[in-house]
Amino acid sequence: MQCQVCQKKEATIHLTEITDGVRSEMHLCEHCAQEEGIAVKSQLSINELLSGLLATQPSDDEMLGGAEQEKACPNCGFTLAQFTKEAVLGCPNDYEVFEKSLLPLIEKAHDGKTVHRGKVPSKTPKDTKKQMKLAALRQQLEAAVQSEDYELAAKLRDEISQKG
Amino acid sequence: MKLTDISGDINEWFNGSGPLSEIVISSRIRLARNIAGYKFLSRCTVAEKSEILKKLRDILVSLELGDEIFYLAVDKTPVLDRHLLVERHLISRHHAFGKGPRGAVIAQRESFTAMINEEDHLRIQTLKGGLQLAQCAERINRIDDMIEQRIDYAFSPRYGYLTACPTNLGTGIRVSVMLHLPALKMTGQIEKFLNASKDMGLAVRGLFGEGTEAAGDFYQLSNQVSLGVSEAEVVAQFENVIIPEIVGYENAARKQLLSKEPDILDDKISRAMALLRNAQLISSQEALFLLSHLRMGINMHERMGVSTPAIKKLCDISAAGGKVDKPGSLSITTINRLFMLTQPAHLQLNCGKTLDAAHRDILRAKIIRSALNG
Ligand SMILES: [Zn+2]
Ligand SMILES: [Zn+2]
Repeated sequence: MQCQVCQKKEATIHLTEITDGVRSEMHLCEHCAQEEGIAVKSQLSINELLSGLLATQPSDDEMLGGAEQEKACPNCGFTLAQFTKEAVLGCPNDYEVFEKSLLPLIEKAHDGKTVHRGKVPSKTPKDTKKQMKLAALRQQLEAAVQSEDYELAAKLRDEISQKG
Repeated sequence: MKLTDISGDINEWFNGSGPLSEIVISSRIRLARNIAGYKFLSRCTVAEKSEILKKLRDILVSLELGDEIFYLAVDKTPVLDRHLLVERHLISRHHAFGKGPRGAVIAQRESFTAMINEEDHLRIQTLKGGLQLAQCAERINRIDDMIEQRIDYAFSPRYGYLTACPTNLGTGIRVSVMLHLPALKMTGQIEKFLNASKDMGLAVRGLFGEGTEAAGDFYQLSNQVSLGVSEAEVVAQFENVIIPEIVGYENAARKQLLSKEPDILDDKISRAMALLRNAQLISSQEALFLLSHLRMGINMHERMGVSTPAIKKLCDISAAGGKVDKPGSLSITTINRLFMLTQPAHLQLNCGKTLDAAHRDILRAKIIRSALNG
């Protein structure tokens, strides 16, 4: 099969994407895939994710606010060093305490997504539910703009302004 | 419940029925949940674990599920019984042989199970035969609602349900479909399937045995992304897009075998039959591979209406032992029973004593011979 970008070289990278149940395929040669900024996606194990986390250097911002690498969770005493060893967190609070360090890992593990868009416990306060719905809509809007689906983007914008 | 009550037969979701069951063995949906106000299990003391266990056990055994509910204290269950639960896919290996106070709940003829104090405080799952993910999703959602009436889950508006490992964050959902793909393997196309699955961000595991190398051409396909997608979206992707496509590939490969290489197909099935009917010793690995070929042959005959001389001969053999659907023919149910009942813990519990590997191989061969020599 020919690469669909340069139409010259053999396509060796085949991408399948499913967005809202609609499937689209892309066939590229290695060169064009790199040009397009498409890294070949392979399954990331939790250990690979963790080794990535260890390698990140604390940013200036973190240095000022006390690096998360040095911190212990006030609720359970958990540290990031322990996380990289055990691959599980110490308590629900850790998601907040170590947010800066965990966010890139969460993003990688969930295909770039970082905001919940599913079931909400029925006991959750109404106001929280509304905030969540808005956050999810904003995320969808961003994706629609990026994929140049302006019709959908307009629809989402209307929905956001109605709810907001 | 005594485990010997269930160990003599296959579970309902493994009996070979349900949509697309000639290729899709079963559908499963799992949700991971933690109780608010407690640490995750890695930081819990034994006393805290016991407290969580008691809380969740009391809620789960009193659920209105319209069926008997069994509770097992996994840490106090004999090792062989724990192996049996793993072989029946009712609890994970991690749960069976983990540490500390932990429990399992089994209900609705093994189609609902819960693990308490596995990696998360609670993991609940529903199972069904064939491709029935929507039904699994509906049921697990209803059970989750019932539990949530009685307890507060750890939940954040931004990240959703909070799990011990960030890879389960958000919905906490894991959709798993077990597939039988012998023709893709025989036609050398299985790598294509594995690569495509990886491209779609799916995890592939072997269904029986350990590790990723699938024994007997059985594969388990699961989602990896649980955050930023809704439960319904994950389920719809599997049910409407991913699985029908893979089933299409496997069906095409089966047709290709029939039209282009019927001799190879016949040879595989004849050899499998000859070995299984005559072997005096057989390992579980070998039995899986050979039974896999019989399973494909029978399904081609019964579901796809196609045959070769060896398939026809295979289907004419009257099966003894198993529950035979049509007298005078070997059924899928018989084959599935053999898959389940010839696993090591099943063999031992059903004969009432522990056996070393060599004696298991003798007993396994005997059970298979008597089922296939009608
Ligand atoms: Zn190219
Ligand atoms: Zn903590």
